[in-house]
Amino acid sequence: MGIVTVRRVSQVFFLAWFLWFCVVSSLGEHYWQLRGWPVNWFLQLDPLAALGSLLASGSLYSGMAWALLTIAMTAVLGRFFCSWVCPFGAMHHFLGWLAGRRLGARQRMERNQPHPAQAIKYYLLLGLLAAAGGQVLHHLAQWPLGLGAVSGWLLLLGILAALAALAVRRLWPQPRQALAAGLGLLALMVGLSLWSSPGEVIGATLLTGLLDPIPLAQRSLNLVLLPALDAAAGQLWVSARHYQGAWLIALVFIAALLMNFIVPRFYCRFVCPLGALMGLLGHWALWRVGRREAKCKGCQLCEVSCEGACEPFHRLRQSECVLCMNCLDTCRDAQMTYATRRSAAGEEPLPDLSRRGVVLSLVSGVAAVPALRLGGIMGPNWSPALIRPPGALAEAQFVERCLKCGQCMRVCPTNVLQPAGLELGLEALWTPTLNMRIGSSGCQLNCVACGHICPTAAIRPITLDEKRGLGGFAKAGPLRLGTAFVDRGRCLPWAMDRPCIVCQENCPVSPKAIITREVYGVLLRSRIKDVKGQTILLAGVDLPPGRLGTGDYFLQLAGGGSGVRRRLTGNGADNVKLLPEEAARMSPGQDVEVVVRLQQPQVDASRCIGCGVCEHECPVSGLRAIRVTAENESRSAKRSLLL
Amino acid sequence: MAALRAGLQALGGLESFLQKGDQVLIKVNAGFATPPNLGATTNPELLAELIKQCLAVGAQRVVITDNPINDPQSCFTLSGIGQAVQSAGGVLVPPLERYFRPTTVEGARLIRDWPVLYGPFEGVNKVIGLCPVKDHHRSGASMTMKNWYGLLGGRRNIFHQDIHTIIAELAMLVRPTLVILDGVVSMISNGPTGGSPDDLKATGTLIISTDQVAADALGATLLDKTPADLPFIGQAAALGLGSADWRSLKPAQVSL
Repeated sequence: MGIVTVRRVSQVFFLAWFLWFCVVSSLGEHYWQLRGWPVNWFLQLDPLAALGSLLASGSLYSGMAWALLTIAMTAVLGRFFCSWVCPFGAMHHFLGWLAGRRLGARQRMERNQPHPAQAIKYYLLLGLLAAAGGQVLHHLAQWPLGLGAVSGWLLLLGILAALAALAVRRLWPQPRQALAAGLGLLALMVGLSLWSSPGEVIGATLLTGLLDPIPLAQRSLNLVLLPALDAAAGQLWVSARHYQGAWLIALVFIAALLMNFIVPRFYCRFVCPLGALMGLLGHWALWRVGRREAKCKGCQLCEVSCEGACEPFHRLRQSECVLCMNCLDTCRDAQMTYATRRSAAGEEPLPDLSRRGVVLSLVSGVAAVPALRLGGIMGPNWSPALIRPPGALAEAQFVERCLKCGQCMRVCPTNVLQPAGLELGLEALWTPTLNMRIGSSGCQLNCVACGHICPTAAIRPITLDEKRGLGGFAKAGPLRLGTAFVDRGRCLPWAMDRPCIVCQENCPVSPKAIITREVYGVLLRSRIKDVKGQTILLAGVDLPPGRLGTGDYFLQLAGGGSGVRRRLTGNGADNVKLLPEEAARMSPGQDVEVVVRLQQPQVDASRCIGCGVCEHECPVSGLRAIRVTAENESRSAKRSLLL
Repeated sequence: MAALRAGLQALGGLESFLQKGDQVLIKVNAGFATPPNLGATTNPELLAELIKQCLAVGAQRVVITDNPINDPQSCFTLSGIGQAVQSAGGVLVPPLERYFRPTTVEGARLIRDWPVLYGPFEGVNKVIGLCPVKDHHRSGASMTMKNWYGLLGGRRNIFHQDIHTIIAELAMLVRPTLVILDGVVSMISNGPTGGSPDDLKATGTLIISTDQVAADALGATLLDKTPADLPFIGQAAALGLGSADWRSLKPAQVSL
């Protein structure tokens, strides 16, 4: 069996596991359900997810230690992950082959030539890591200040002055550049002084998941492919799964795949920040692809199906080589080897990056965080529509860890967990939020599945006791996701004198967090014309026959009378009916009112946990008459509501 | 369970209601994803016993269904109903969307062209309702007639505007072979979700009846209510669906 066949088997093997893990992420005890399958394994193997969350949060969630294995293997073997393990890579590999199978060798070779734009992925990597590492840089920059106020400043100024002197001396003959350098240094000084106010300007945000292929593929599978397939097959869920804004996730996924028809492995070569990281890690790899001899027959067949566009015939670009091993297979003279020596034809050193590009990426990455937060979304302008799942960390810590992999939304039994859209900011894009209108019933009281699947503990793995405030958590009380608010302008008993209280009924808290106040709404006033047995004839009324005998309508003396209300048992167009003994107590000439008994719901914010079952069940099907927003959520003391 | 056996015995045994080869559907209350000890859902032990008895008297197939309020899969699992059905040899049919059919009840005002859970009834010729006695803030009580609410689909919550009429119409929709109202433990407060053992009270009564109106009328007394407090009982009786005066039926009483 050739090495390429082994590689294909490996790709199919890992892709199959990846798909299988996605299928089995359903709560249940069957073998095809979640019962110990390591469904996060691919995310945990991902060194970019590990490094990003480590930089941003300053800690590494235990499962992510798997990434060390990938890092170690990459350092020894090179970018093996891309062509042997990565499920997204396997999809690209297959589609790229499909697109090129009719082309001649010359055309395929042309498509597999390196392109300067392959450097983009490194810039993306640096930018994303810089955004995640803002706080680390901040601490480094503060280091001289930490030496003591005066000496620290002196040291800083000294360094800057030395830099300025050097720059000006070198640029003296070119006054314009000298001026630009001076202004640049001034800006740098202002920037550095701003850094001394921590938390306000500099922060960390984990955006790697937007482009990192493992979270990207995971998310696309979880929120697009599986729901679409199951809508047809109906095997996994009782009713169809919906994910808001899934079209954008689908668009990115499909566009990435379709690009293979223009350039094979387009995503891997130009975009993939994980590939870039592995390219850097694998640059000094022990084993590497290369040519045995400096001179060969020169057929260049090795470049015909080169997946990484790394020019094995010429000076091999080690960081671009994805170890597809195609060159070993196509070379007729066994010139291509995978061995511990460098290519005899020479190797390109590190990826071809410009210093300017690197600096720009890093600066943009660091600057992205304050720029994204200019709108005050981490401060006074926080979005009440962003309702995080139970156990979610406070927002600033949450965005340091969330990979946007969609695992929580996949496992959520009710489908209430949804990917946030762009309207909540780029940092919130595709992070979990609750949409009570979607799914089978808000956030289920006895469920903590999301925190137990989250690969980075952006949602903590809480116990039911912690969620519900039982046992050792009785003092802390239940976790609150937000608070329900009754919209009295839309609520049937409040606005339209119609009985309802579906929200109260479905509130799962005991005692209920929705209380009702009983009122009697006056439907009409009239005077009794006559009493005939059970029937009370009313003057000047036109009633819908039969509609008032439902048990909710009563007759009382005008102005509330003695407070005695008699339940109607039926009605005609000009009369109402009472029980015989009650009708006997009424007499002609009395001024009366027909009233409806209403129970008007009111939320007790001290008990409401923001689960949203009320909002889900509210019969006002569009904009609900009771809605949950994130006020009073447990994870943020600043958002508390009650004294 | 002993109460179920004794009760059925007093009525001449389950075989006086079922024939060999019957296909039985048991409509449970699986409304909420809560554990069985909170009493918001049909008691799984009682259900398992009933399924076994149905099979013992020769039922060919026993189907169990409900369209719960919370997530269906979670409800069946957490309430213990799914496991009870499996262990007792019944067939649990979840409320898949394709099982609902627009339905009009003759003479009804609300159930007109409304989606009703039909699929599980395919081939069924005997229907049994099995549910607990529960407090219900809007209607006063949730018992055997209200239990059929779980056969409605669509945005059924709009019917809460006229709760008593819809309950009476549900009794028109389903004319059961038998209803079994579990008041061994009743939910007396915070219904119909409950959520705490404090919401429950031992009321020590299991009601088995062919007359769902009478069963509910008797069940009301367990919640310290009279049929007059629950307008849907009067409405159903007026429609000729049963008797609100349960005493007139001279129920057989067995004490354990």
